[in-house]
Amino acid sequence: MNINHHLDEATLFSYVAGALSQGMALVVASHISICDSCRERVFETEAIGGALLDDVVNDNSPDSSSVSVKVNETALEQVLACLDEEAPVTTPGKIPPDGESTVGNTSEVPAPLRDYIGGSLDAVQWKRLSSGFYYFDVFSEQRGICRLLKVAPGKSILHHGHHGNELTLLLRGSYADEVGRFAQGDIADLDDQIEHQPLVDGDENCICLVATDYPLRFTTLLGKVIQPMTGF
Amino acid sequence: MVNVVPIRKNSMTAIQSKVWSAMLAEMAVTKDKSLYIQLYQHFAPKVKAYITRLGVMEATAEELTQEAMLNMWRKSHLFQPEKSAASTWLFTLARNQSIDWMRKHKYPEYSLDNMQGGIEEVSETDIGEQSVQSERIAQAISQLPENQALVVYMSFYEGRSHSEIADRLMIPLGSVKSRIRLAAEKLKLTLRGELSLGGEQ
Ligand SMILES: [Zn+2]
Repeated sequence: MNINHHLDEATLFSYVAGALSQGMALVVASHISICDSCRERVFETEAIGGALLDDVVNDNSPDSSSVSVKVNETALEQVLACLDEEAPVTTPGKIPPDGESTVGNTSEVPAPLRDYIGGSLDAVQWKRLSSGFYYFDVFSEQRGICRLLKVAPGKSILHHGHHGNELTLLLRGSYADEVGRFAQGDIADLDDQIEHQPLVDGDENCICLVATDYPLRFTTLLGKVIQPMTGF
Repeated sequence: MVNVVPIRKNSMTAIQSKVWSAMLAEMAVTKDKSLYIQLYQHFAPKVKAYITRLGVMEATAEELTQEAMLNMWRKSHLFQPEKSAASTWLFTLARNQSIDWMRKHKYPEYSLDNMQGGIEEVSETDIGEQSVQSERIAQAISQLPENQALVVYMSFYEGRSHSEIADRLMIPLGSVKSRIRLAAEKLKLTLRGELSLGGEQ
C-alpha cells in the first residue's frame, strides 16, 4: 500500500502513552496495522515507556535491588498458582467475525477496526444523512466520537475548523483538500490550527474512519456535512 | 572522580536491563518458572508503581498488576527481544491492563499476530542494543527542559490527552503538541545515538 500521509508525532506519542481517546486510538491502531513506517515509530516510542517504567520505582541507590524491590509473597504465590491453570496459548491468528467472508474486501478493513464493524465495508449498516452522505457510529464516548463516513464522488464537505484533534483514516476512495490528496491508508491528522474543505475526487465513494477528542462537537461536523444539501 | 559515579551506574543499569530481556526471551521458550519468579520480583513493583501513578486505587492497582504479570506468562511468545527491551514490553502490558480497566473498553491495539515477516533470528547483540537504548532514554528524559518533561509525564504517568493537558496548563492545544513533538524528537535522537548525552549539547 502506498501511503503518503502519516501520523503526527504528538498523536503517535500519546497513543503509546495510552492517553488518546478510545476513538482516536482505534484510528491510530488501524493505521499502524497497515503502515510499516508508523509501526517502526511506535516501537521507538514504546522504548520511552519502557525507560519510564524502569525509572518509576526509585532505584538510584546502589543497593536498591535488596531494598525497593520487595514483593508481597502471597501475591507471587497466587500468580504462580494461576500459571498452572493456564491453558497453553494456541497458535496466534485472528478468527474472522461470524458470517464474514475472508475474501474480497476484507483488506479494506484494518484488523483493529474489524473487531468493531466486521470484515466488510459493504456490510456496514449505513445511515443516510442526505444525498450522497452516509454515516455509521462505531461507538460514542465521553471524550469524543468515532464514526465511519461515506461520501459520494463530487461531494464536498464544507469548510470546517476544529476545536481539538480530528483524525481521519481513508479506507476507500480518495479526497483532496488544502492539505493534499488522501487515498486508501492515508491519515489526515489535523488540529484546530487547520481549516479544510475536503472534496471527494475520483469516481467511487470515499469511505473514512473519523475520530475526534472533543466531545459534543461532532454535531458541528455533522452540521457542516449536511450543509451542501441545505445550501448554506 | 565526580563523573565516574553516574557512568558506572548507567552501564550497570544497561547490563542489568540486558539480562532481564534475555531472561524473558528464554522464559518464553522454556516456560521455566524460576525465571518467571525472578522477572516477577523485578517488574511487579515497577508495574504496580506505574499503575498507581495513573490514579488507580491501591487494591485495584494490585489486581491489575497481577493480571499484567500473568500476561507476561501467557503472552511471552509475543515478546520480540530484537524489537524491544523487557521493560518496554512490560510497559505495554501494564498500560493495556490499566486502560482496559479504566475505560471498560479494550485499548485498540495493532495486532502483532497479524504482522508479516515471521520470527527473526535474535542475536545477543540485538538484545543488548535495545537495553542500552532504554537506559539512554531514561537519562535523556531527565535532561529534557522542564516544560517538555512535564508533558511527557502527564501523557505517560497520568494518561492525559492533548486537550486535557492544554486545559491543565492553560496553554493552547498547539503548544502542547509542539512540546510533545520536541520532546519525542530529542528522545528518539538519543535512541538512535545521534545526540550526545551530558550538559554540553
Ligand atoms: Zn504511517
